[in-house]
Amino acid sequence: MGELVQLVVSGVATGAIYSLAALGFTLLWQASGTINFAQGEFVMLPAFAMLFCVLAGMPLWLGVLAACVAAMIVLGWGFKRLIVDPLMRHGVIPLVIATLGLSTLLKTTVRAGYSAEAHQFGSPFPGGVFQVAGINVSWADVGTLLVAGIIVIALQTFVTRTVTGRAMQAVAQNTEAARVLGIDVKRMVLYTFLINAVLAVVAALLITPTYLAKFDMGDSIGLKAFLAAIIGGFNQTRGALLGGVLIGVLENLVGFYVSPAYKEGVALMLFLVVILVRPEGLLGKVEERKV
Amino acid sequence: MKAGVKLVLLGAAILALAVSALYLKRSDVYLLSLYAVYLMATFGLNLTVGYAGQMSLGQAAFFGIGAYVAAILLKLGWPFLLVLLVAAAVCFLLGLALGFPALRVQHHYLAFATLGFNVLVYLVMRNEEKITGGTYGISAIPRPTIVGVDLNGHVAWFWFTLGSLVVLGALLWWLLRSPWGRAFAALRDNPIRAESLGINVTAYTLLAFAIGAACAGVGGVYFASLVEFIEPGPFHFSTSLMLLLAVIVGGQGRFFGPVVGTIVIILVPELLRSSSAPWLKFMQVWYLAVFGVGVVLLMVWLPGGLLSIPERFARKAKAKS
Repeated sequence: MGELVQLVVSGVATGAIYSLAALGFTLLWQASGTINFAQGEFVMLPAFAMLFCVLAGMPLWLGVLAACVAAMIVLGWGFKRLIVDPLMRHGVIPLVIATLGLSTLLKTTVRAGYSAEAHQFGSPFPGGVFQVAGINVSWADVGTLLVAGIIVIALQTFVTRTVTGRAMQAVAQNTEAARVLGIDVKRMVLYTFLINAVLAVVAALLITPTYLAKFDMGDSIGLKAFLAAIIGGFNQTRGALLGGVLIGVLENLVGFYVSPAYKEGVALMLFLVVILVRPEGLLGKVEERKV
Repeated sequence: MKAGVKLVLLGAAILALAVSALYLKRSDVYLLSLYAVYLMATFGLNLTVGYAGQMSLGQAAFFGIGAYVAAILLKLGWPFLLVLLVAAAVCFLLGLALGFPALRVQHHYLAFATLGFNVLVYLVMRNEEKITGGTYGISAIPRPTIVGVDLNGHVAWFWFTLGSLVVLGALLWWLLRSPWGRAFAALRDNPIRAESLGINVTAYTLLAFAIGAACAGVGGVYFASLVEFIEPGPFHFSTSLMLLLAVIVGGQGRFFGPVVGTIVIILVPELLRSSSAPWLKFMQVWYLAVFGVGVVLLMVWLPGGLLSIPERFARKAKAKS
């Protein structure tokens, strides 16, 4: 029993990280109809940015701050201006292909320009475990849950309680109506891209200590973020959270009780079951088809 | 140009390629065979992506399944043509099984389903050592003798592959000009209109996807016999992304798009790898980065792919006059 609870707790922690990446993914989709196939690389780049900062002798918190600023400029504003804006008029598919090209570019640049090896990345949390009611819990899991929780609550508060946040929601729900009401749609979409960049930095900070910084670390994170978003419901923010946590927990359980070799296949299985049984996702709403 | 003239030109080009194999180095003939093999997979993918308008990111998985089926059955001594049939059928059925849930829902879900499927297939290849040999792979895959003709030599094998590719291409060409093929294009252009015209959207989309998968399976069989040794590496999902990009770069929905696109993703990098000129060393390492930039720029300025360049110029000339 204790074993099971431990697996669930650490699974929730890993899942929370997938959720953050999935959250950014759904936000972009809702606000601008962008499907970003480079989402995994958007986590990988900040990991290396923070690694460089730490290697250059900066304290970690300063590195995180620098990575946030850099990510907002490059992965937020730059990505929107240079890739999304010019491609929006061509529709979804060219944008998907362009982000695939971007993902190849980013991976190769890191591999060719820096290194193909996996690099150690210090955890922001203290090591070791403590016991609660006979169950071992690691400080890293607690820290991960705490940080992810704070980020999600802060984001929810921003979106529901502030004028800007509500305007962003309006854009996501109905872009045309929002424009008619005088909301600066372009600016709101830009905010979404900036938030996505910050979420990616936080996900990188939390996941790199276990995944290690490697040029292709984004492959698996990106795929799980997509699948988590669909499992939870593509058009629901809460869905991304649920989907991520579900994948994290099930991966841990399958990895322990069935076979560690097939851990990576869990997300796909869950995805296939969900779209067979509840195609709109666990928390999703059915969308009307447009002609 | 008239259709007849085009056909003659195409035949001459294929013939020239076949004859050139007699004069090329062994490694270059191998490279051309490899190109032809991958072209089978991208031809199939073009049907799925270009004609039926579905994103498929799992073509390398079907390619790999074909290769493993071939490796296992050929080593058991099965005749090549039967193996070919089995591999195509297995991939076709797997394609149906995978596409059914994904396509019942929303079309871009197929992209994620196929990507996940590729990850899963790769895991099976790597982990089920009893069947697939794990990371050690399967070696000493025999090249077949068909109706008494020994295909072991590198030129003979290239000719056989090229001939098979031409047959496969002709089949696809015929399929695309049949009512089925027209239905695929109708689906891509406007699914709801197609549905109202009485086309069963899900069935046709599924069919296009499964046929594309079967082509990859066929390509995989030739791949196994060409390389004579397979391991999971070439069937990672990054290969699927490259195959998809090959179709898009060449020009999706254009019959000869994959011919151009596959040069960019297979021939050029392999040539770079085998060359020893110092100024090419830089490109060896950075080729994929340059390719990535190229894809982004292509999407911005030329979403129709490289083969749409002549049309683009024609339209500009017309606009001026």
